[in-house]
Order: sequence, then C-alpha cells, then structure tokens
Amino acid sequence: MTEASERRTDAQGDWEPRIAAFLCNWCSYAGADLAGVSRIQYPPNVRVIRVPCSGRINPLFLVKALQSGMDGVLVSGCHPGDCHYISGNLYARRKFALMKSLLEYVGIEPGRVHFSWVSAAEGVRFAELLHTVIESVRELGPAERMVRRVEAMP
Amino acid sequence: MTVQEQLRHRAAELLADGTIDLFVGYAASDAPLKAAVHVARTAADAEMLTWNSFCAPNVAALLPKLLRRPDGAGEDWAPQRVGILAKGCVSRSIVGLIKAHQIPREAVHVIGVGCDGVVDRHRAARLFTPAAILDAEPLDGDRMLLRGTDGAERTVDLSEILLGSCLDCQHRNAVLADETIGDPVPETGPGPQEDAATSFAARPIDERWEAFEEEISRCIRCYACREACPNCYCTECFAEETEPHWIGVTTDPSDLMLFHLGRAFHQAGRCVDCGACVAACPMGIDLRLLTHKVNRDVEALFGGEASVSLDIVEPLLQFEMTDDEGFITEP
Repeated sequence: MTEASERRTDAQGDWEPRIAAFLCNWCSYAGADLAGVSRIQYPPNVRVIRVPCSGRINPLFLVKALQSGMDGVLVSGCHPGDCHYISGNLYARRKFALMKSLLEYVGIEPGRVHFSWVSAAEGVRFAELLHTVIESVRELGPAERMVRRVEAMP
Repeated sequence: MTVQEQLRHRAAELLADGTIDLFVGYAASDAPLKAAVHVARTAADAEMLTWNSFCAPNVAALLPKLLRRPDGAGEDWAPQRVGILAKGCVSRSIVGLIKAHQIPREAVHVIGVGCDGVVDRHRAARLFTPAAILDAEPLDGDRMLLRGTDGAERTVDLSEILLGSCLDCQHRNAVLADETIGDPVPETGPGPQEDAATSFAARPIDERWEAFEEEISRCIRCYACREACPNCYCTECFAEETEPHWIGVTTDPSDLMLFHLGRAFHQAGRCVDCGACVAACPMGIDLRLLTHKVNRDVEALFGGEASVSLDIVEPLLQFEMTDDEGFITEP
C-alpha cells in the first residue's frame, strides 16, 4: 500500500482530512502551544511541522505534501512586521502569493492550500483558523490531484 | 551587406584583434527548422555563423558554463572573453546573469541584433501531422515554404509558425549591447498569444487540471528545457537532489508535475519568455503555459518585467510592507 492510499479514518471508518501545518517557531508554533495549554479545543486533523521561520518554507514543500497524500496544507507565520528575523515572512508572502496562484491555475482546489498569520498570543485565533481550514478541506473531500499513486523507488 | 554577412565579418574581426577569445552564436543545422548553437574560435568558424528565423535557442545559456571559475583555479585565473550574438531575449538573459553574479559584465562582448521572431518547429510540424517536415525555404516577405515528408507543400505566413513568446515579444532589440548590427526592428507590443495564460485561467478548474495533467504527462524527463534555459545555471538542480528527494524515481505523473511546477516557480521574476524551453522540448509540451502564468502574476502583483535593466532588483529578492494579502485565510 502506498503512503497516499493509507486514508485516515475515524473510529466509524469515515474519512477524516489530513492536513500538514508548517508553523514558524516564534509565533504560530507558540500560538498553537498557547491553544494547547489554554485547553482550547480544535480537531486533531493536523500534523504540525515546526520550522524556524515562514521564510524557511520552500513553496515546493506544499506541493510535496499534497503529493505525499495530505488532503490540505497550512502555512502560518508571524504577522507582517513581527518576524523574529525582521523580514522572513515578508519574503515568504511574495513566494506564497505566487505559488498559491500557480497551484490554483493548474487545477489544485484553492481550498486545499492555506496561508495565515498567527502570533504567539493568538491561541484562540489558531484554534479558529484550524476549524476554518479543516472545514474547507473536508468540503472538498479526499485529495485526488497531485497525489502520487505509484510507489517511489528509495 | 546582409545582417548575416555583417555578423560573420564582425565576429571574425573581434576574434582576430583579440577583443574576444570565442564567439557564441548560431550555425545552420541539418535538421529542418532548427539552427544549432555554434561557438566560433577562428575566422573559419566565424564563417559558419548564421542568423535567420530558426535561431530559437537562447545562447546566453552557454555563458555561465563558459565563464564559471573552475574548482581550484588560482588567483591569476581570468575568465575568457566571450562575444555573443544577442537578440532581445538573449540580451535580457545576459542582464539577468550579470545581476545574479553568474557572469562578469566585462567578460562578455554583446553584439545586439533586432529579431523578428523565430519559428516554433512543433507548431509548424502540426500542420503536417502525422507526416513530418522535410525542409523549409524562406520566401520573400514574411512567408515560408514548408515541404512535408509526405510530399505535401505549404506556403505559410511566418506569424502562423512563430513561437508564442515571439508573438508576445516586447523587446525585439537588445536591451544591453556593446555594439549592434543591422537596423533596429520596430517593437510591436503584445501579440495574439498575449492571453495564453489568461484564457487558460478562464477555463473551469476541473478542465484546467485535466489539461495540465495531460500536457505534463507527456514529459519524458530529459530535462532539455532546463539545459536550454539561461536561468537554470545551478550546478545542482532540485531535480537531482536526493535529500530531500523532490522528484521520485517513478513513472507517476505527480513527479513530472512536481518538476514542472518547481521549474516554473524557480523562474519567477527571472523568466524573459525567450521560448527556448518550448523550442527544446522534444515532446512539444507547452511549457510556456506555466512560465507565462508566473510572469503575468509577477507583473500584476509586484510590477516590472524581468531583466530589462541592470538596475532592477529581482521581485523575489525584495518586498513591500503593502504587498498583496488577498490570498491569506482569515479564521
């Protein structure tokens, strides 16, 4: 069985979306942490990948995540002006604007790829964001496009 | 004297007086509708130089390879001096390479030439499908006589078989040149292909995906598009990287699509729309569908054309606090 065909299901056997979330270490990851320590509930459909900065995220990570069978992708970093590295998120914003547009252009549903800003103080916003993202991916159903169906050689 | 004669004469002069060590241009090829990339080192080599509407490759792609500092080169190493024939798009690529510190400005001697566009051999071949094209003969005016392997003959207007990039060309004359030959050609502005990306984007999303998948599935991963591209000067390409292994060793279309999305994205703000990748593709894949879209987005979001002057900072190497936020998801 390939990675992509291992569909995530809940106890009833219903499909549950799987979402890769790339969170910057300084704001969004801390925001997610705050949501956790504040006991704010959000669905468990997300796999968090901590990165130093949203500027670290190669836009191809998103394509690669979709190829590996993720149903949706979320990228989140510090609000513009608040980057720990001064301007990493501002460079990232340009890259993601282009990548988002390119993916939509070739036919990847826009609801699968999300970008947002979450600060370390915004635990509530993080939980709300995840609700929004998960709902938008759930509406689209399991990802079919860009998913690899043949197992790659090592 | 025709432009071609002037070119041969001038290249031979520059080689003889030691201004340059070699000259990069085009020579006639045995294949129909194609010109070969040609490197001249002697006056005899310079006699083979050609300038016609088959000169589709972007010869600037050779420059980083010719001028790269070899590993272990001593302090007395100096790059060779390279002369190059530059139509509008080639000159823009040279500007891009200088700005990216891939070639030293003083190592290149640019001969600018006005260009009326070059032939897209895939487009021409489609007129003869399933037969192939045997040869082509330029006629007076902007017309050309094509002969097929099936014996058919067709006289076509050049505009029917030019590269999409050429129909859309905004810079027919060199934007950077040490000298020019021939008369400047009039700039014509956006042509009939202008909306290639816009009309594709207007189709329903499911149709776009099907069309994209079908087009890219024909890719045989020869990477000719990359080799033909002056922007692809990386000594290690993401396509060959193994950690992470971006492009899987599979026959799966997703791996092909990942390569092409990555390649198009890497062109952002740098692609001069020369069409060399389209011309190089043995499968006739419309690679411009992607690069043109990225170009259009860069223009719309950040403004400016790629590499039209040495003073412009690449759009992805800068930012504005006021950049577009329309794509951001708000909870």
